[in-house]
Amino acid sequence: MPAAETKTRVANWLEERLGLAAVRELMAHKTVPVHSSSLWYYFGGITLFLFGIQVATGMLLMLYYRATTTEAYESVQFIMTRVEFGWLIRSIHSWAANLMIFTAFVHMFSVVFLHSYRRPREMTWWSGIVLLGLAMAFGFSGYLLPWNKVSYFATKVGADVASSIPWMGQALGRFLRGGEDVAGATLTRFFAFHVVILPATTIFLLLFHLVLVQKHGMSTPPWIGVNGARQMPFFPNFFLRELMAWYGALALLGVLAALVPWELGEKADPFAPAPAGIRPEWYFLAEFYTLKLIPNHVLGIEGELMGIFGFALLALWWVLLPLWAVNRNGMIRVRLVTGIGVLLMAYLITFSLLGYFL
Amino acid sequence: MNWLLGGGFTGSVLSFLYPVLRFVNPPAVPEASVNEVNAGKVAELKPNSAKMVKFGARPALLIRVNETEWRAFSAICTHLNCTVQFHEAKHQIWCACHNGLYDLNGQVVSGPPPKPLEEFAVHIRGEEIVIARRA
Ligand code: HEM
Ligand code: FES
Repeated sequence: MPAAETKTRVANWLEERLGLAAVRELMAHKTVPVHSSSLWYYFGGITLFLFGIQVATGMLLMLYYRATTTEAYESVQFIMTRVEFGWLIRSIHSWAANLMIFTAFVHMFSVVFLHSYRRPREMTWWSGIVLLGLAMAFGFSGYLLPWNKVSYFATKVGADVASSIPWMGQALGRFLRGGEDVAGATLTRFFAFHVVILPATTIFLLLFHLVLVQKHGMSTPPWIGVNGARQMPFFPNFFLRELMAWYGALALLGVLAALVPWELGEKADPFAPAPAGIRPEWYFLAEFYTLKLIPNHVLGIEGELMGIFGFALLALWWVLLPLWAVNRNGMIRVRLVTGIGVLLMAYLITFSLLGYFL
Repeated sequence: MNWLLGGGFTGSVLSFLYPVLRFVNPPAVPEASVNEVNAGKVAELKPNSAKMVKFGARPALLIRVNETEWRAFSAICTHLNCTVQFHEAKHQIWCACHNGLYDLNGQVVSGPPPKPLEEFAVHIRGEEIVIARRA
């Protein structure tokens, strides 16, 4: 049988069972608008790629990691020093985690500045916000896993902030810690969150997010108008460019992991004082620094509480952005939203830097 | 009819959720209620120095202020649970997490802590130091 004939037969066999023609059809018709800000369309994809990296390297780390207070630190040390390429896999996992949260933030702000959250993409915005929350939860739970001093105290503080929320705080704190103190029970829980509960939830939401993106197509900024922008076919034009971005991200990861391997620090000791320089991962620094600035009592209320209350309001207001971004005539308040986006970004950047250096 | 089906469905879902919620809430492990611990020997601590002592499952801070004066506190910062330390140069108790400072009576001097540290009583029995929860 000639090769060409075999090929068609295999193709037909697959087509009958999988209906791939529909997929090809979809790919052929998907396009991406081309304009001066098209660059920002790549960031969702880069975030997706980095999540893929996390899943792959996370599965590898799980082959050696042990989630108990007596073995966690030693097992990560073992990965770093004895397992071949262990240092590489762990450093990539840690660096990619941070890059992923960074690109997710970039992605979110580009959605704001291109006003892509507007009707009918509100659900895409909301699922994106939940995904960002999940990414930060990945980071918070992963941070504790090596059981070193810095992560131990950062987790104590984080869990205590949660506990100080009125009414439900105590229960939430106990739920997070698996008891009254950060201890072995916390490690067990965080490990379960980190490798089962969060990945399962994330993959589900990610599918939802991507199906919506596919359904609505890429948005065009309001100042360009419906017929204004030139379109580029998604496949292969945009896809190949995205692939280049992924290679770029991979190269950056490789360089970071090789030149700046992730540190392990000292093993946590619940009976040692907190060392100076305890701070959370950088994406919690703005909140951390704000809490540090608030005096211990504001109007007779504990400063902590005021801070948490403020953050909750801010977050809620940000979640509802697609709703307050439109005026009564259904027009997008482009200037207002952009202005507020810039302000929020400025706050996050300044306070994160202050938190880092002070 | 719809109402019955809907109600039955909601009821069954709730009956699945309830045990899950209870499961997720960690049971209270009775803490061996420690009221008194042995904190070592007098000779181990120089004046103006301190050490960490295990008070049950939690850390305590024992300070020898001078030849004769001793203090002990729960080492858990009242702000957000970090473990405090004695700052020899400042002669104060310091929490590194958010720069909280307490004086040697456990009172807040500066920083975010909202309440004083819990103070323990120090008993010197010959060479032995014992710290105890106050009644
Ligand atoms: C299915 C997905 C994942 C699995 C199976 C996984 C697994 C693991 C394991 C076993 C560790 C402990 C070893 C170590 O500390 O190096 C770890 C650490 C960590 N993970 Fe993940 N992970 C996954 C996804 C993620 C994601 C999406 C993020 C962040 C956005 C993340 C952030 C972290 C961080 C910050 C650490 C601590 C790194 C360190 O200090 O060593 N992980 N992960
Ligand atoms: S935990 Fe001690 S100052 Fe914040």
